Amino acid sequence: MKISRSEVEHVARLARLALDEAELDALTGDMDAILAYVDQLSRLQTDGIAPTAHAVPMANAFRPDAVRPGFTPEQALVNAPSPDPAGFRVPRVIE
Amino acid sequence: MNYEVVIGLEVHVQLTTKTKIFCGCSTAFGQTPNSQTCPVCLALPGALPVLNYQAVEYAIRTGLATNCTIAPQSVFARKNYFYPDLPKGYQISQYELPVCQHGWLDIEGEWGSKRIGITRIHMEEDAGKLVHGELPGTAQSSFVDLNRAGTPLLEVVSEPDMRSADEAVAYLKKLHQIVVYLGVCDGNLEEGSFRCDANVSLRPVGQEQFGTRAEIKNVNSFRFVKLAIEHEIERQADLLDSGGKVVQETRLFDAQTGMTRSMRSKEEAHDYRYFPDPDLVPLEIDAAWIEAERAQLPELPEARRQRYQADWGLSAYDAEVLTAERPLADYFEACVTLLPSQAKSIANWVMGELTRKLNEGGVNIAESPVTPLLLTGMLKLIEAGTISGKIAKTVFDEMWATGHEPARIVEEKGLVQVSDSGAIEQIVAEVLAASAAQVEQYRGGNEKVFGFFVGQVMKASKGKANPALVNELLKKKLEG
Repeated sequence: MKISRSEVEHVARLARLALDEAELDALTGDMDAILAYVDQLSRLQTDGIAPTAHAVPMANAFRPDAVRPGFTPEQALVNAPSPDPAGFRVPRVIE
Repeated sequence: MNYEVVIGLEVHVQLTTKTKIFCGCSTAFGQTPNSQTCPVCLALPGALPVLNYQAVEYAIRTGLATNCTIAPQSVFARKNYFYPDLPKGYQISQYELPVCQHGWLDIEGEWGSKRIGITRIHMEEDAGKLVHGELPGTAQSSFVDLNRAGTPLLEVVSEPDMRSADEAVAYLKKLHQIVVYLGVCDGNLEEGSFRCDANVSLRPVGQEQFGTRAEIKNVNSFRFVKLAIEHEIERQADLLDSGGKVVQETRLFDAQTGMTRSMRSKEEAHDYRYFPDPDLVPLEIDAAWIEAERAQLPELPEARRQRYQADWGLSAYDAEVLTAERPLADYFEACVTLLPSQAKSIANWVMGELTRKLNEGGVNIAESPVTPLLLTGMLKLIEAGTISGKIAKTVFDEMWATGHEPARIVEEKGLVQVSDSGAIEQIVAEVLAASAAQVEQYRGGNEKVFGFFVGQVMKASKGKANPALVNELLKKKLEG
Protein backbone atom coordinates (compact mmCIF):
# COMPACT_ATOMS: atom_id res chain seq x y z
CA MET A 1 0.00 0.00 0.00
CA LYS A 2 1.32 3.43 -0.99
CA ILE A 3 -1.13 5.29 1.19
CA SER A 4 -3.21 4.27 4.20
CA ARG A 5 -6.82 4.99 4.86
CA SER A 6 -5.88 7.14 7.86
CA GLU A 7 -3.54 9.24 5.73
CA VAL A 8 -6.33 9.85 3.25
CA GLU A 9 -8.56 10.83 6.13
CA HIS A 10 -5.92 13.24 7.41
CA VAL A 11 -5.37 14.87 4.00
CA ALA A 12 -9.13 15.14 3.51
CA ARG A 13 -9.43 16.95 6.81
CA LEU A 14 -6.64 19.39 5.85
CA ALA A 15 -8.49 20.04 2.58
CA ARG A 16 -11.76 20.53 4.45
CA LEU A 17 -13.38 17.63 2.61
CA ALA A 18 -16.13 15.83 4.48
CA LEU A 19 -15.95 12.26 3.20
CA ASP A 20 -18.18 9.45 4.27
CA GLU A 21 -16.89 5.92 4.89
CA ALA A 22 -17.61 4.69 1.37
CA GLU A 23 -15.90 7.71 -0.20
CA LEU A 24 -12.87 7.23 2.02
CA ASP A 25 -12.56 3.60 0.94
CA ALA A 26 -12.93 4.48 -2.72
CA LEU A 27 -10.46 7.36 -2.57
CA THR A 28 -7.91 5.30 -0.68
CA GLY A 29 -8.01 2.76 -3.49
CA ASP A 30 -7.81 5.44 -6.20
CA MET A 31 -4.98 7.33 -4.59
CA ASP A 32 -3.08 4.15 -3.96
CA ALA A 33 -3.34 3.25 -7.63
CA ILE A 34 -2.22 6.75 -8.69
CA LEU A 35 0.76 6.68 -6.37
CA ALA A 36 1.73 3.21 -7.53
CA TYR A 37 1.62 4.42 -11.12
CA VAL A 38 3.76 7.48 -10.41
CA ASP A 39 6.10 5.33 -8.39
CA GLN A 40 7.39 3.83 -11.63
CA LEU A 41 9.57 6.93 -11.78
CA SER A 42 11.54 5.74 -8.79
CA ARG A 43 13.00 2.98 -10.97
CA LEU A 44 15.03 5.63 -12.77
CA GLN A 45 18.55 6.30 -11.60
CA THR A 46 18.48 9.98 -10.52
CA ASP A 47 21.58 10.21 -8.33
CA GLY A 48 23.42 13.47 -8.98
CA ILE A 49 20.49 15.08 -10.78
CA ALA A 50 19.17 18.26 -9.19
CA PRO A 51 15.44 18.20 -8.40
CA THR A 52 13.37 19.95 -11.04
CA ALA A 53 11.41 22.85 -9.63
CA HIS A 54 9.46 23.65 -12.75
CA ALA A 55 8.26 21.79 -15.82
CA VAL A 56 9.43 24.56 -18.17
CA PRO A 57 13.20 25.08 -18.42
CA MET A 58 13.03 28.78 -17.73
CA ALA A 59 13.93 31.18 -14.90
CA ASN A 60 13.56 34.81 -13.86
CA ALA A 61 10.24 36.12 -15.09
CA PHE A 62 9.92 39.58 -13.58
CA ARG A 63 7.71 42.63 -13.64
CA PRO A 64 8.86 46.19 -12.87
CA ASP A 65 7.74 47.80 -9.62
CA ALA A 66 5.13 50.00 -11.27
CA VAL A 67 1.58 50.45 -9.97
CA ARG A 68 -1.21 49.25 -12.23
CA PRO A 69 -4.83 50.15 -11.59
CA GLY A 70 -6.86 47.28 -10.20
CA PHE A 71 -10.42 46.88 -8.95
CA THR A 72 -12.57 49.38 -7.12
CA PRO A 73 -13.80 48.10 -3.74
CA GLU A 74 -17.24 47.48 -5.32
CA GLN A 75 -15.70 45.42 -8.12
CA ALA A 76 -13.53 43.49 -5.67
CA LEU A 77 -16.59 42.57 -3.62
CA VAL A 78 -18.97 41.85 -6.48
CA ASN A 79 -18.91 38.09 -5.93
CA ALA A 80 -18.85 38.27 -2.15
CA PRO A 81 -21.86 36.59 -0.53
CA SER A 82 -21.92 39.29 2.13
CA PRO A 83 -20.17 42.46 0.89
CA ASP A 84 -19.64 45.33 3.29
CA PRO A 85 -17.73 48.63 3.13
CA ALA A 86 -15.45 47.19 5.82
CA GLY A 87 -14.62 44.18 3.65
CA PHE A 88 -15.64 40.62 2.90
CA ARG A 89 -17.93 39.74 5.77
CA VAL A 90 -17.25 36.28 7.18
CA PRO A 91 -18.27 34.41 10.32
CA ARG A 92 -16.22 35.73 13.21
CA VAL A 93 -12.72 34.26 13.38
CA ILE A 94 -10.43 35.11 16.22
CA GLU A 95 -7.40 33.44 17.69
CA MET B 1 16.50 25.20 39.49
CA ASN B 2 18.71 27.43 37.39
CA TYR B 3 17.70 27.64 33.78
CA GLU B 4 19.27 29.04 30.67
CA VAL B 5 16.94 30.65 28.17
CA VAL B 6 17.35 29.93 24.47
CA ILE B 7 15.81 32.42 22.05
CA GLY B 8 15.45 32.41 18.29
CA LEU B 9 13.65 35.13 16.39
CA GLU B 10 11.63 35.22 13.20
CA VAL B 11 11.25 38.72 11.84
CA HIS B 12 8.89 39.73 9.06
CA VAL B 13 10.29 42.71 7.20
CA GLN B 14 7.81 44.47 4.94
CA LEU B 15 9.54 45.79 1.84
CA THR B 16 9.12 49.38 0.64
CA THR B 17 8.25 48.45 -2.93
CA LYS B 18 5.49 50.51 -4.51
CA THR B 19 3.62 47.41 -5.60
CA LYS B 20 2.82 43.95 -4.29
CA ILE B 21 5.20 41.03 -4.74
CA PHE B 22 3.27 39.27 -7.52
CA CYS B 23 1.00 41.96 -9.00
CA GLY B 24 0.91 45.67 -9.77
CA CYS B 25 -1.42 46.69 -6.92
CA SER B 26 -0.24 49.49 -4.67
CA THR B 27 1.10 48.67 -1.20
CA ALA B 28 0.15 52.08 0.28
CA PHE B 29 -0.88 51.80 3.93
CA GLY B 30 -4.21 52.87 5.39
CA GLN B 31 -6.35 53.03 2.23
CA THR B 32 -10.05 52.22 1.84
CA PRO B 33 -10.59 48.48 2.42
CA ASN B 34 -10.24 46.42 -0.75
CA SER B 35 -9.30 49.39 -2.93
CA GLN B 36 -5.93 47.85 -3.83
CA THR B 37 -6.78 44.49 -5.30
CA CYS B 38 -6.72 42.75 -8.67
CA PRO B 39 -7.36 39.25 -10.04
CA VAL B 40 -3.93 38.06 -8.81
CA CYS B 41 -4.19 39.07 -5.16
CA LEU B 42 -7.88 38.20 -4.99
CA ALA B 43 -7.00 34.73 -6.30
CA LEU B 44 -9.45 34.81 -9.17
CA PRO B 45 -9.27 31.77 -11.44
CA GLY B 46 -6.68 31.98 -14.19
CA ALA B 47 -4.69 34.86 -12.72
CA LEU B 48 -0.93 34.35 -12.74
CA PRO B 49 1.62 35.84 -10.33
CA VAL B 50 4.72 37.59 -11.73
CA LEU B 51 7.60 38.42 -9.41
CA ASN B 52 8.44 42.05 -8.59
CA TYR B 53 12.06 42.70 -9.64
CA GLN B 54 12.55 45.38 -7.01
CA ALA B 55 11.56 42.95 -4.25
CA VAL B 56 14.32 40.59 -5.38
CA GLU B 57 16.86 43.41 -5.39
CA TYR B 58 15.85 44.31 -1.84
CA ALA B 59 16.13 40.68 -0.75
CA ILE B 60 19.64 40.41 -2.17
CA ARG B 61 20.73 43.67 -0.51
CA THR B 62 19.34 42.55 2.84
CA GLY B 63 21.13 39.22 2.48
CA LEU B 64 24.43 40.92 1.69
CA ALA B 65 24.08 43.37 4.57
CA THR B 66 23.51 40.48 6.99
CA ASN B 67 26.45 38.45 5.71
CA CYS B 68 24.33 35.81 4.00
CA THR B 69 25.13 33.65 1.02
CA ILE B 70 22.82 34.51 -1.87
CA ALA B 71 21.41 31.32 -3.41
CA PRO B 72 22.21 30.90 -7.12
CA GLN B 73 18.77 29.34 -7.46
CA SER B 74 15.77 29.73 -5.21
CA VAL B 75 12.24 28.48 -5.61
CA PHE B 76 8.82 29.71 -4.54
CA ALA B 77 6.59 27.22 -2.76
CA ARG B 78 2.99 27.06 -1.70
CA LYS B 79 2.29 26.90 2.01
CA ASN B 80 -1.20 25.47 2.23
CA TYR B 81 -3.66 26.40 4.94
CA PHE B 82 -7.14 27.85 5.22
CA TYR B 83 -7.82 31.20 6.78
CA PRO B 84 -10.19 33.98 5.71
CA ASP B 85 -7.34 36.45 5.13
CA LEU B 86 -5.70 34.11 2.62
CA PRO B 87 -7.79 34.08 -0.57
CA LYS B 88 -5.82 31.45 -2.47
CA GLY B 89 -5.88 28.89 0.33
CA TYR B 90 -2.08 28.98 0.23
CA GLN B 91 0.61 31.54 0.84
CA ILE B 92 3.40 31.86 -1.71
CA SER B 93 6.62 31.58 0.23
CA GLN B 94 9.99 29.89 -0.10
CA TYR B 95 10.76 26.64 1.64
CA GLU B 96 13.59 24.34 0.70
CA LEU B 97 15.48 26.88 -1.38
CA PRO B 98 15.31 30.36 0.22
CA VAL B 99 17.01 33.31 -1.43
CA CYS B 100 19.55 33.90 1.38
CA GLN B 101 21.18 31.60 3.92
CA HIS B 102 23.93 31.33 6.54
CA GLY B 103 24.32 34.95 7.62
CA TRP B 104 25.07 36.62 10.92
CA LEU B 105 24.96 39.87 12.84
CA ASP B 106 27.20 40.95 15.70
CA ILE B 107 25.41 42.49 18.67
CA GLU B 108 27.10 44.62 21.29
CA GLY B 109 26.10 45.02 24.91
CA GLU B 110 27.14 44.20 28.44
CA TRP B 111 28.11 40.78 27.09
CA GLY B 112 30.71 42.37 24.80
CA SER B 113 30.28 41.49 21.17
CA LYS B 114 28.34 38.39 20.23
CA ARG B 115 27.63 36.83 16.87
CA ILE B 116 24.03 35.79 16.18
CA GLY B 117 23.54 33.42 13.29
CA ILE B 118 20.93 33.99 10.61
CA THR B 119 19.64 30.68 9.33
CA ARG B 120 17.84 32.00 6.31
CA ILE B 121 15.97 34.87 4.69
CA HIS B 122 13.11 34.00 2.41
CA MET B 123 10.65 36.01 0.34
CA GLU B 124 6.93 35.66 0.78
CA GLU B 125 3.62 37.45 0.42
CA ASP B 126 1.67 38.91 3.30
CA ALA B 127 -1.92 37.89 4.03
CA GLY B 128 -4.89 40.26 4.20
CA LYS B 129 -6.13 42.00 7.31
CA LEU B 130 -8.97 40.80 9.50
CA VAL B 131 -11.08 43.22 11.47
CA HIS B 132 -13.37 41.73 14.06
CA GLY B 133 -16.81 43.29 14.24
CA GLU B 134 -17.36 45.82 16.99
CA LEU B 135 -20.35 47.72 15.68
CA PRO B 136 -23.88 46.69 16.73
CA GLY B 137 -25.00 43.73 14.69
CA THR B 138 -21.49 42.74 13.67
CA ALA B 139 -20.34 40.94 16.83
CA GLN B 140 -20.55 37.59 15.07
CA SER B 141 -18.65 38.82 12.02
CA SER B 142 -15.13 39.48 10.89
CA PHE B 143 -14.28 41.61 7.88
CA VAL B 144 -11.53 40.84 5.40
CA ASP B 145 -9.54 43.64 3.79
CA LEU B 146 -7.25 42.31 1.07
CA ASN B 147 -5.24 45.50 0.45
CA ARG B 148 -2.34 43.97 2.32
CA ALA B 149 -2.66 40.54 0.68
CA GLY B 150 0.40 40.10 -1.53
CA THR B 151 2.57 42.77 0.10
CA PRO B 152 6.19 41.63 -0.16
CA LEU B 153 7.85 40.39 3.01
CA LEU B 154 11.22 39.03 3.91
CA GLU B 155 11.21 36.55 6.75
CA VAL B 156 14.53 36.66 8.56
CA VAL B 157 15.04 33.56 10.71
CA SER B 158 17.79 33.61 13.32
CA GLU B 159 19.61 30.71 14.90
CA PRO B 160 18.60 29.99 18.51
CA ASP B 161 21.67 31.94 19.61
CA MET B 162 20.28 34.47 22.06
CA ARG B 163 20.46 33.85 25.80
CA SER B 164 18.55 36.81 27.27
CA ALA B 165 15.75 39.22 26.45
CA ASP B 166 18.35 41.98 26.17
CA GLU B 167 20.30 40.05 23.55
CA ALA B 168 17.10 39.48 21.60
CA VAL B 169 16.28 43.19 21.67
CA ALA B 170 19.84 44.10 20.63
CA TYR B 171 19.58 41.73 17.66
CA LEU B 172 16.22 43.16 16.65
CA LYS B 173 17.41 46.74 16.89
CA LYS B 174 20.45 45.91 14.81
CA LEU B 175 18.40 44.20 12.13
CA HIS B 176 15.90 47.06 12.19
CA GLN B 177 18.66 49.62 11.78
CA ILE B 178 20.12 47.73 8.82
CA VAL B 179 16.89 47.30 6.85
CA VAL B 180 15.97 50.94 7.42
CA TYR B 181 19.47 52.08 6.37
CA LEU B 182 19.15 49.97 3.25
CA GLY B 183 15.82 51.63 2.53
CA VAL B 184 14.20 48.23 1.98
CA CYS B 185 11.82 48.72 4.95
CA ASP B 186 10.30 51.82 6.53
CA GLY B 187 10.80 50.23 9.95
CA ASN B 188 7.39 51.30 11.24
CA LEU B 189 6.63 48.83 14.01
CA GLU B 190 3.18 50.20 14.77
CA GLU B 191 2.00 49.78 11.20
CA GLY B 192 3.46 46.27 11.20
CA SER B 193 6.31 46.92 8.78
CA PHE B 194 8.70 45.08 11.11
CA ARG B 195 7.11 42.20 13.04
CA CYS B 196 8.73 39.76 15.38
CA ASP B 197 7.88 36.26 16.58
CA ALA B 198 10.06 34.92 19.38
CA ASN B 199 10.78 31.25 20.03
CA VAL B 200 11.59 30.85 23.69
CA SER B 201 12.65 27.73 25.60
CA LEU B 202 14.44 26.95 28.84
CA ARG B 203 16.95 24.26 29.71
CA PRO B 204 18.72 23.50 32.98
CA VAL B 205 22.11 25.24 33.04
CA GLY B 206 24.69 22.83 31.63
CA GLN B 207 22.23 20.78 29.61
CA GLU B 208 22.99 20.66 25.91
CA GLN B 209 19.61 19.60 24.60
CA PHE B 210 17.08 22.37 23.99
CA GLY B 211 13.87 22.41 26.00
CA THR B 212 10.39 22.60 24.49
CA ARG B 213 9.73 26.01 23.02
CA ALA B 214 6.78 28.32 22.88
CA GLU B 215 6.38 30.75 20.02
CA ILE B 216 5.29 34.26 21.01
CA LYS B 217 3.49 36.29 18.39
CA ASN B 218 2.06 39.75 18.14
CA VAL B 219 4.85 41.79 19.65
CA ASN B 220 5.08 45.20 18.03
CA SER B 221 7.64 47.20 19.96
CA PHE B 222 11.16 46.59 21.23
CA ARG B 223 9.99 47.17 24.78
CA PHE B 224 7.21 44.61 24.41
CA VAL B 225 9.68 42.07 23.04
CA LYS B 226 11.69 42.41 26.22
CA LEU B 227 8.59 42.22 28.43
CA ALA B 228 7.12 39.29 26.53
CA ILE B 229 10.32 37.24 26.67
CA GLU B 230 10.90 38.02 30.33
CA HIS B 231 7.36 37.04 31.18
CA GLU B 232 7.69 33.86 29.17
CA ILE B 233 10.95 32.92 30.93
CA GLU B 234 9.24 33.34 34.28
CA ARG B 235 6.18 31.38 33.19
CA GLN B 236 8.21 28.45 31.88
CA ALA B 237 10.52 28.40 34.93
CA ASP B 238 7.54 28.29 37.30
CA LEU B 239 6.00 25.54 35.23
CA LEU B 240 9.17 23.43 35.21
CA ASP B 241 9.89 24.03 38.91
CA SER B 242 6.45 22.79 39.84
CA GLY B 243 7.01 19.60 37.90
CA GLY B 244 5.02 20.64 34.84
CA LYS B 245 5.93 20.52 31.19
CA VAL B 246 6.16 23.26 28.60
CA VAL B 247 3.75 22.61 25.75
CA GLN B 248 4.88 23.46 22.25
CA GLU B 249 2.36 26.10 21.27
CA THR B 250 1.83 29.59 19.92
CA ARG B 251 1.25 32.26 22.53
CA LEU B 252 0.01 35.79 22.09
CA PHE B 253 1.56 38.70 23.93
CA ASP B 254 -1.03 40.95 25.55
CA ALA B 255 0.38 44.46 25.92
CA GLN B 256 -2.36 45.35 28.40
CA THR B 257 -1.38 42.73 30.96
CA GLY B 258 2.27 42.22 29.98
CA MET B 259 1.54 38.47 29.86
CA THR B 260 1.52 35.85 27.15
CA ARG B 261 -1.51 33.63 26.73
CA SER B 262 -2.08 30.50 24.77
CA MET B 263 -3.78 30.88 21.42
CA ARG B 264 -6.73 28.59 20.97
CA SER B 265 -4.99 25.28 20.47
CA LYS B 266 -4.90 24.11 16.91
CA GLU B 267 -6.83 20.96 16.18
CA GLU B 268 -3.77 19.51 14.56
CA ALA B 269 -0.14 20.31 14.21
CA HIS B 270 0.74 22.57 11.31
CA ASP B 271 0.84 20.52 8.18
CA TYR B 272 1.43 22.94 5.37
CA ARG B 273 2.20 20.47 2.58
CA TYR B 274 4.70 22.78 0.91
CA PHE B 275 5.38 22.17 -2.75
CA PRO B 276 7.01 24.25 -5.51
CA ASP B 277 4.52 26.73 -6.98
CA PRO B 278 4.02 25.73 -10.62
CA ASP B 279 2.87 29.28 -11.45
CA LEU B 280 6.30 30.72 -10.74
CA VAL B 281 9.59 29.89 -12.44
CA PRO B 282 12.77 29.54 -10.36
CA LEU B 283 14.69 32.63 -9.36
CA GLU B 284 18.31 32.55 -10.52
CA ILE B 285 20.80 35.09 -9.24
CA ASP B 286 24.27 35.07 -10.79
CA ALA B 287 27.48 36.61 -9.45
CA ALA B 288 27.18 39.68 -11.68
CA TRP B 289 23.74 40.47 -10.28
CA ILE B 290 24.96 40.02 -6.71
CA GLU B 291 27.88 42.38 -7.37
CA ALA B 292 25.55 44.94 -8.93
CA GLU B 293 23.42 44.89 -5.77
CA ARG B 294 26.50 45.03 -3.56
CA ALA B 295 27.47 48.24 -5.36
CA GLN B 296 24.08 49.68 -4.39
CA LEU B 297 24.60 49.08 -0.67
CA PRO B 298 24.99 52.22 1.40
CA GLU B 299 27.73 52.31 3.98
CA LEU B 300 26.20 50.58 7.00
CA PRO B 301 26.10 52.03 10.52
CA GLU B 302 28.85 49.81 11.90
CA ALA B 303 31.31 50.86 9.20
CA ARG B 304 30.32 54.48 9.62
CA ARG B 305 30.82 54.34 13.37
CA GLN B 306 34.32 53.02 12.97
CA ARG B 307 35.16 55.63 10.35
CA TYR B 308 33.90 58.50 12.48
CA GLN B 309 36.14 57.40 15.32
CA ALA B 310 39.20 56.69 13.17
CA ASP B 311 39.03 59.64 10.78
CA TRP B 312 37.50 62.36 12.89
CA GLY B 313 38.42 61.36 16.40
CA LEU B 314 34.84 61.16 17.66
CA SER B 315 34.06 59.20 20.80
CA ALA B 316 32.37 55.81 20.51
CA TYR B 317 29.25 57.35 22.03
CA ASP B 318 29.11 60.28 19.60
CA ALA B 319 29.70 57.95 16.64
CA GLU B 320 26.88 55.70 17.85
CA VAL B 321 24.40 58.55 18.24
CA LEU B 322 25.27 60.12 14.90
CA THR B 323 24.98 56.85 12.94
CA ALA B 324 21.81 55.59 14.62
CA GLU B 325 19.69 56.84 11.76
CA ARG B 326 20.83 57.30 8.22
CA PRO B 327 19.40 60.80 7.62
CA LEU B 328 21.20 62.13 10.71
CA ALA B 329 24.48 60.52 9.64
CA ASP B 330 24.04 61.85 6.10
CA TYR B 331 23.43 65.34 7.47
CA PHE B 332 26.48 65.14 9.70
CA GLU B 333 28.68 63.96 6.85
CA ALA B 334 27.41 66.68 4.54
CA CYS B 335 28.54 69.19 7.18
CA VAL B 336 31.94 67.57 7.62
CA THR B 337 32.48 67.64 3.86
CA LEU B 338 31.90 71.40 3.95
CA LEU B 339 34.11 72.00 6.98
CA PRO B 340 36.45 69.05 7.53
CA SER B 341 38.51 70.71 10.24
CA GLN B 342 35.54 70.99 12.62
CA ALA B 343 34.12 67.45 12.80
CA LYS B 344 34.00 67.41 16.60
CA SER B 345 32.33 70.80 16.81
CA ILE B 346 29.83 69.81 14.10
CA ALA B 347 29.05 66.64 16.06
CA ASN B 348 28.31 68.71 19.16
CA TRP B 349 25.99 71.08 17.31
CA VAL B 350 24.18 68.26 15.49
CA MET B 351 23.66 66.20 18.65
CA GLY B 352 22.91 69.28 20.75
CA GLU B 353 21.09 72.30 19.36
CA LEU B 354 19.98 70.75 16.09
CA THR B 355 18.57 67.57 17.64
CA ARG B 356 16.87 69.61 20.34
CA LYS B 357 15.19 71.85 17.76
CA LEU B 358 14.18 68.89 15.60
CA ASN B 359 12.61 67.13 18.57
CA GLU B 360 10.87 70.25 19.86
CA GLY B 361 9.35 71.01 16.49
CA GLY B 362 8.74 67.38 15.50
CA VAL B 363 10.70 68.18 12.35
CA ASN B 364 12.31 65.59 10.12
CA ILE B 365 16.01 66.29 9.63
CA ALA B 366 15.56 66.30 5.87
CA GLU B 367 13.31 69.35 6.34
CA SER B 368 15.55 71.16 8.80
CA PRO B 369 15.58 74.89 8.03
CA VAL B 370 19.19 74.88 9.19
CA THR B 371 20.89 73.09 6.33
CA PRO B 372 24.46 71.74 6.46
CA LEU B 373 25.52 74.81 4.47
CA LEU B 374 24.02 77.19 7.05
CA LEU B 375 25.34 75.28 10.05
CA THR B 376 28.89 75.12 8.72
CA GLY B 377 28.64 78.75 7.60
CA MET B 378 27.93 79.64 11.21
CA LEU B 379 30.82 77.52 12.48
CA LYS B 380 33.12 79.29 10.02
CA LEU B 381 32.11 82.58 11.59
CA ILE B 382 33.08 81.22 15.01
CA GLU B 383 36.35 79.92 13.60
CA ALA B 384 37.12 83.34 12.13
CA GLY B 385 36.38 85.04 15.45
CA THR B 386 33.48 87.01 13.97
CA ILE B 387 31.05 85.64 16.54
CA SER B 388 31.49 83.92 19.87
CA GLY B 389 30.23 80.42 20.63
CA LYS B 390 27.65 81.98 22.88
CA ILE B 391 26.33 84.33 20.20
CA ALA B 392 26.30 81.37 17.83
CA LYS B 393 23.32 79.97 19.77
CA THR B 394 21.41 83.15 18.97
CA VAL B 395 22.47 82.92 15.33
CA PHE B 396 21.40 79.27 15.26
CA ASP B 397 17.93 80.06 16.63
CA GLU B 398 17.60 82.84 14.07
CA MET B 399 18.64 80.50 11.24
CA TRP B 400 16.11 77.97 12.46
CA ALA B 401 13.36 80.59 12.50
CA THR B 402 14.17 82.34 9.22
CA GLY B 403 16.46 80.09 7.18
CA HIS B 404 18.65 83.13 6.58
CA GLU B 405 22.40 82.99 5.99
CA PRO B 406 24.38 83.32 9.23
CA ALA B 407 26.43 86.29 7.93
CA ARG B 408 23.23 88.19 7.16
CA ILE B 409 21.82 87.46 10.62
CA VAL B 410 25.01 88.59 12.32
CA GLU B 411 24.99 91.82 10.33
CA GLU B 412 21.29 92.58 10.70
CA LYS B 413 21.22 91.84 14.43
CA GLY B 414 24.55 93.48 15.16
CA LEU B 415 25.95 90.29 16.64
CA VAL B 416 29.55 90.75 15.57
CA GLN B 417 31.91 89.77 18.35
CA VAL B 418 33.62 92.63 20.05
CA SER B 419 37.36 92.07 19.83
CA ASP B 420 38.27 95.66 20.43
CA SER B 421 40.38 95.51 23.60
CA GLY B 422 39.67 99.14 24.43
CA ALA B 423 35.91 98.57 24.51
CA ILE B 424 36.22 95.39 26.53
CA GLU B 425 38.68 96.95 28.89
CA GLN B 426 36.10 99.55 29.72
CA ILE B 427 33.44 96.98 30.48
CA VAL B 428 35.92 95.03 32.62
CA ALA B 429 36.72 98.12 34.60
CA GLU B 430 33.03 98.84 35.17
CA VAL B 431 32.31 95.28 36.27
CA LEU B 432 35.20 95.20 38.71
CA ALA B 433 34.25 98.57 40.12
CA ALA B 434 30.72 97.31 40.76
CA SER B 435 31.87 94.08 42.41
CA ALA B 436 34.27 95.12 45.11
CA ALA B 437 33.34 92.27 47.41
CA GLN B 438 34.04 89.62 44.78
CA VAL B 439 37.32 91.29 43.83
CA GLU B 440 38.37 91.01 47.45
CA GLN B 441 37.41 87.32 47.54
CA TYR B 442 39.38 86.67 44.39
CA ARG B 443 42.44 88.44 45.64
CA GLY B 444 42.03 86.54 48.91
CA GLY B 445 42.61 83.30 46.96
CA ASN B 446 39.11 82.31 45.88
CA GLU B 447 39.73 81.78 42.17
CA LYS B 448 36.25 80.40 41.61
CA VAL B 449 34.78 83.91 41.48
CA PHE B 450 36.66 84.42 38.21
CA GLY B 451 33.75 82.81 36.42
CA PHE B 452 31.45 85.37 37.99
CA PHE B 453 33.45 88.21 36.45
CA VAL B 454 33.45 86.56 33.03
CA GLY B 455 29.70 86.13 33.25
CA GLN B 456 29.18 89.76 34.22
CA VAL B 457 31.34 91.04 31.38
CA MET B 458 29.60 88.83 28.84
CA LYS B 459 26.26 89.96 30.13
CA ALA B 460 27.24 93.63 29.97
CA SER B 461 28.45 93.14 26.38
CA LYS B 462 25.24 91.28 25.49
CA GLY B 463 27.30 88.19 24.80
CA LYS B 464 29.31 89.87 22.09
CA ALA B 465 32.65 90.23 23.85
CA ASN B 466 35.38 87.93 22.58
CA PRO B 467 35.66 85.44 25.48
CA ALA B 468 39.38 84.86 25.08
CA LEU B 469 40.00 88.58 25.25
CA VAL B 470 37.70 88.91 28.25
CA ASN B 471 39.67 86.25 30.10
CA GLU B 472 42.94 87.86 29.25
CA LEU B 473 41.93 91.36 30.26
CA LEU B 474 40.22 90.25 33.47
CA LYS B 475 43.33 88.34 34.54
CA LYS B 476 45.46 91.38 33.79
CA LYS B 477 43.25 93.75 35.78
CA LEU B 478 42.76 91.46 38.76
CA GLU B 479 46.33 90.38 39.12
CA GLY B 480 48.02 93.52 37.86
